[in-house]
Amino acid sequence: MREGPEEKTILQDMPWPDEPPVMMPGQTYGTVTDTIADAVLKRPIGVGWLSGLFIAGMLVMVLLVAVTYLFIRGVGIWGIEIPVAWGFAIINFVWWIGIGHAGTLISAILLLLKQTWRNSINRFAEAMTLFAVACAGMFPLLHMGRPWLAYWMFPYPSSMGVWPQFRSPLVWDVFAVSTYATISAVFWYVGLVPDFATMREKAQHPLTRKLYGMFAMGWRGSARHWKRYESLYLLLAGLATPLVLSVHTVVSFDFAVAIVPGWHTTIFPPYFVAGAIYSGFAMVLVLAIPIRKYYHLEALITMRHLQNSAKVMLATGLIVGYGYFFETFIGMYSGSTYERFMLQNRWFGQYAPLYWALILCNILIPQILWFPKMRSNTVVLFLVSLDVLIGMWLERFVIVVTSLSRDYLPSSWGHYAPTRWDWAIFLGTIGFFSAAMFLFIRIMPAISIFEMRQLLPEAEVKAE
Amino acid sequence: MKKPLTTAIYGLMAEFDNSTDLVVATKAAYAAGYRKMDAYSPFPIEEASEALGFHKTRVPLIVLVGGLLGGSGAYLLQYWINCIAYPLNVGGRPWHSWPAFIVPTFEMTVLFGGLSGVIGMFALNGLPMPHHPLFNVDRFSAVTRDRFFLCVEADDPQFDLVGTYQFMESLQPLSISEVPH
Repeated sequence: MREGPEEKTILQDMPWPDEPPVMMPGQTYGTVTDTIADAVLKRPIGVGWLSGLFIAGMLVMVLLVAVTYLFIRGVGIWGIEIPVAWGFAIINFVWWIGIGHAGTLISAILLLLKQTWRNSINRFAEAMTLFAVACAGMFPLLHMGRPWLAYWMFPYPSSMGVWPQFRSPLVWDVFAVSTYATISAVFWYVGLVPDFATMREKAQHPLTRKLYGMFAMGWRGSARHWKRYESLYLLLAGLATPLVLSVHTVVSFDFAVAIVPGWHTTIFPPYFVAGAIYSGFAMVLVLAIPIRKYYHLEALITMRHLQNSAKVMLATGLIVGYGYFFETFIGMYSGSTYERFMLQNRWFGQYAPLYWALILCNILIPQILWFPKMRSNTVVLFLVSLDVLIGMWLERFVIVVTSLSRDYLPSSWGHYAPTRWDWAIFLGTIGFFSAAMFLFIRIMPAISIFEMRQLLPEAEVKAE
Repeated sequence: MKKPLTTAIYGLMAEFDNSTDLVVATKAAYAAGYRKMDAYSPFPIEEASEALGFHKTRVPLIVLVGGLLGGSGAYLLQYWINCIAYPLNVGGRPWHSWPAFIVPTFEMTVLFGGLSGVIGMFALNGLPMPHHPLFNVDRFSAVTRDRFFLCVEADDPQFDLVGTYQFMESLQPLSISEVPH
C-alpha cells in the first residue's frame, strides 16, 4: 500500500482495514487507460476468445434456424397448448429481462447512492443489460404468432380504426420494455462517448481511428462539456432508477392482474424486482469472474467488487425467500380452496421436483455466501451464481406453468412439456447473448476508463 | 456556414499534468480577466467549470420540459383513444380509468425526458463536431489520457499574443502551444 494523504479517495472507501480496495494501489491515469484500452486494441485475438465466439455463434445459428421454422410453421411447434399458452416464451422473457436489471441497478442506483466501487463494473453490466433486454424482447414478439404484425401493439392511426387497450398490463409492458431498452442504450452510449475519444487517440489503424472517432462525436474533454455531461448523467440515473423498478413491476402485473391462482397476489411487484436483481447480480458475477481473469483486470475489478455483488445477491435472495414464504402464508391464510390447492399442487403436483429444485437453488445453496471465506473464493462465487441463474429460471417456470396447468376447472386442466424447438430458441438466445458479450469485450472498453481515472487519489483537486 | 476568421490563431494553450494545477491556472486566468477560454481534462472536474465561471447548465430544464411533454402527451393520447376515438368496455370500467393510464404516462415521461436530455446535452455542447482547432495541436491528444489543458481563445478581448503568452508562463505549465485554426 502506498502511504500519504493522496490515498484518501481509496481509503475513504475502505470501511474495514482488511477489506480489499476498489482499485489496487500504484495505478495512474496512464496505467488505468492502458490496461483497459489495450485489452481491446493491443491484445491479439486468442484461441479461447475465438472458440468461445464460435460456440456462441453456432448457438446463434440454432436460434436462426428455430426462428425460421417458427415463422414457417407457427407457434404450434412449441409445447404451448390451452390451458398453458404461456410456456417457455414467457418464462424466458421474464428471466432475461430480470437479468438485465442488475446492469441498471449498478449504473444508476449505485451512482445515486455514491457507491464509487461501481465505476469498475458498470460498463459491462450495462452491456449485459442491453443484450439481455434484446434477448427478452425476442420472446413476446415470437410468441405473438404473427410477429410481422408486432407494430399493432403501438398506438398509431391505422386504417382498421382500432387502438390499443390501455387498461391491459400487456400494453403497459410494451411501453415499459421499449422505454427500458431505449434508455439503457442511450445511457450506455453516453457513458461510452469520452472513452471512445480515448480509443480514437490510442488506435493505430486509420480505420479504427475513424470509427472510434465517429462514435466519439469529436469529444474533447472541455470543462463546459463535462459539466453538462455530468448533469445529464446524473439525471439519466435519476430517471433510470424508477424506470428499472417499474419494468419488473409491470412484468409482474402481467401475472398479478390476472385472476389465476398463484398469480393474483400483491406481493408480486417487489418480489419480482428482488428476483430480477438477484439473477442479474448472478449474471454479473458469471461474466466478471472470467473477464477479469482472462483480460488481467484484477487490479481494476478487485475482490471487493465480487464480494459486494455476492452480498447484494445474498440480500436480494433473502427478499426472494421472504416472497416465497409469504406466497405460502397467504395461500394458507386466504382460506381459498383454489389458492390452497395451488400450493399443494406446487409441493406435490406433477411439477413438484422443479419447485423443490428452485428452493434448493435459490434459498438453500446461496446461504453459503454468509461465510466471508466463500465470498472470497471466485470458484465458489461462480458456481453459486450459475446456481442462482438456474434457480431463477425454475422460479419462472413454476409460476407460469404450475398455475396455468391446474386452474379452477379440473376439466380444463392440462399438461405442459417443452419441445425441442422451445429448447432451441432458449439456447439460441443464450448463444446470442454470449456472442454479443464476446464481441463487446473486443470492440469497446469493458470498463469505464474516465470513471476509473476519477477514482484515482490524484484526481481530487487539492485546496490551495 | 463557416464563420469568417477574425483572428490569426485560435488561441494559446497551456498544458498541465494534474487537476489541481489546471484549476489553479483557470482561476488565475479568470481573475486576470480572461473569459473566452476553456479547460480540458480527461475526466470531469467540477472545480474546473466553476473556475471558468460556468455555474449553470440548461440540461435539467430540457429534461424537465421533455419529460413533462412526453408524460402529458402520453396521458392525453390514452384519454383520447380510450374515451373518444375507440371507447372499449372492459369489465365495466369507466372510459376514463386513469389509474390504468399511469404506467404508460410514467414510461413516456422517462423516455422523452431521457432522450431530450441526451439530444440537448450534445446540442448544447455543439457535438458532433468531428474537427476542432484544438486537434491541430498534437500534444492535445493526451487530454483523453493524462494531461490537462487551459486554452485562452484569441477572440477574447483581453487576448494579446505576447501578453497572454507571458501570463501563461507565469502559471508554470508543462508546455505552451499556439493553436492554429
